[in-house]
Amino acid sequence: MTGHHLAQFNLATLTAPLDSPALADFVALLDPVNALADAAPGFVWRLTEEGEPDATGLRPAGHDVIINYSVWESAETLWDFVYRTPHLDTMRRRREWFRRHAEAHLVLWWIPAGYTPTVEEAMERLAHLRGHGPSPRAFTFASAFTAREAEDAEAVVS
Amino acid sequence: MEDIDAIALLQDPVRRRLYEYVAAQGREVGRNEAAEAAGVQRTLAAFHLDKLAEAGLLEAGSRRLTGRSGPGAGRPAKVYRPAPGERAVSLPARDYRTAAGLLAEAAEAAGLDRELQDAARRRGRALRGPAGSCGDIDAVAELLAARGYGPVREDGAVRMRNCPFHAVAEDFPPLICGMNLALLEGLLEGSDGVRARMDPRPGWCCVVAEPSKNNQN
Repeated sequence: MTGHHLAQFNLATLTAPLDSPALADFVALLDPVNALADAAPGFVWRLTEEGEPDATGLRPAGHDVIINYSVWESAETLWDFVYRTPHLDTMRRRREWFRRHAEAHLVLWWIPAGYTPTVEEAMERLAHLRGHGPSPRAFTFASAFTAREAEDAEAVVS
Repeated sequence: MEDIDAIALLQDPVRRRLYEYVAAQGREVGRNEAAEAAGVQRTLAAFHLDKLAEAGLLEAGSRRLTGRSGPGAGRPAKVYRPAPGERAVSLPARDYRTAAGLLAEAAEAAGLDRELQDAARRRGRALRGPAGSCGDIDAVAELLAARGYGPVREDGAVRMRNCPFHAVAEDFPPLICGMNLALLEGLLEGSDGVRARMDPRPGWCCVVAEPSKNNQN
């Protein structure tokens, strides 16, 4: 639906510090995979730390937890980037680099097109998903809601 | 139409050839082309193609095959493409798909990616059989065809039109695509200079088999 974009936020708990040999392959993939995202159909925005190429230095959810935050035109364009580009090859190796999360670690929600969401509201949406399960306010790929459903539930703006 | 009735339609050898041809192309196919491929008259092909479309095995549409449009371009031709979705019959009734989905859900929750990949790699090796090699890239393509991957040659590599694990792969992509890659790695380990690599594209299997650089002559 035009007028809305999809925000995506996820956490990953590192198995070792980012500058350790265990994470070297992951770190080497950051720039090429981010470039792939930036050029992907439907890509709108991703969070970067000021003066840095990515957001891995920001640790709002814990010293060993990196975040990934992006905005897409639709759930389909996000899905195709995540699972139908070389990005999938990095996900295949996720257990080498990240700990398993007992709770939800990825959250999706609709925002007005043109709006840049904040880290605070991402943490709030993730907490909402964890506390209440999937809803138009905070959902996952497996339990997706449309922008219309989010609008009807008055869940587009915080 | 129930799966068993749809599948039974393929007992007719002409219908089966037409279905297999359209399914293997990955694009819309016109009546003339399908008739030629199946070695039958156009009218007979049209009759069977429409039967397959009625049964939901193919989808019919119309398109101007000449690429012309506007007045004088002629009537659009009827074209066919494989229908999405799956048909399966098991006698007696079995439901391995529910089992696969549940196992994948549990493996995802438990973070068992590497354990699953190890098991898949072992299985791939076992599938190679006692010869230990599945040969060169042509033999690999044949093997992949036999396993239902729908291989297609492209620039010396083998791409796969069909994901045999589609339903679970859609629900758990990193887990199941990682499993699929490991399975194919195990299978191709003994081949003559062919390696499996993950290279996903929308609508295709996530893996490509290609000549390995180390073994090129």
